[in-house]
Amino acid sequence: MSAVADKYPVLQGLGVEVISVSVDSHFVHKMWNDHELSKMVKGGVPFHMASDQAGNVGRAYGVWDENQGIELRGRFIIDPDGIIQAMEVLTPPVGRKFSESIRQIQAFQHVRASGGKEAMPAGWEPGKLTLKPGPELVGKVWEVWKPDME
Amino acid sequence: MAETVGCARTSGTVSGETPAEPTPPVTIAPKEIPMTARVGQKAPDFTAPAYYKGSFGPVKLSDFAGKWVLLCFYPGDFTFV
Repeated sequence: MSAVADKYPVLQGLGVEVISVSVDSHFVHKMWNDHELSKMVKGGVPFHMASDQAGNVGRAYGVWDENQGIELRGRFIIDPDGIIQAMEVLTPPVGRKFSESIRQIQAFQHVRASGGKEAMPAGWEPGKLTLKPGPELVGKVWEVWKPDME
Repeated sequence: MAETVGCARTSGTVSGETPAEPTPPVTIAPKEIPMTARVGQKAPDFTAPAYYKGSFGPVKLSDFAGKWVLLCFYPGDFTFV
């Protein structure tokens, strides 16, 4: 979570709010912030650290691990209409790649700004070619986009 | 020989009968909350206690309507990744 806290200004620049969730109590969140995270991230954690001690939120999102009584690393991108646009769930030993979350947020924001008229090919990043699905593009993607453009 | 109270067999078996395999204790399944999170669908709303910038208070997902939200679950505080 320190990686997300550290990059929070980038998210704010994109108009993104963050909520972190674990089964720890909000009191423990405070201790973690005060005694460790604030030493990694200047000013401490800048977003809501939610507590889900019964695992009910985790169950609803499919990240509750019944055997260990914890929540798996689940990351959800939710748009301004409250719709989940992307989800990624990892088992505990591997951390997320923050830049990939940013890339996906930028791609979904671009789709939204285009009114759904544009689609993002594999590996899309801001500034790269987008596709405009329509009758003219059917069977012609190969003319404008190739895998080495990823 | 086990005493009986009314019709109850307090020993659990008829006298002289070999006890059957013990039945496993009844476990109550945790309250089933179906996973409803799907891409392209409404995010399940929730309210949860939270720590936020030095104070405690509830956080409600739907209060962030109109904004993009990055919702991150993780295994626990004071873990290593």
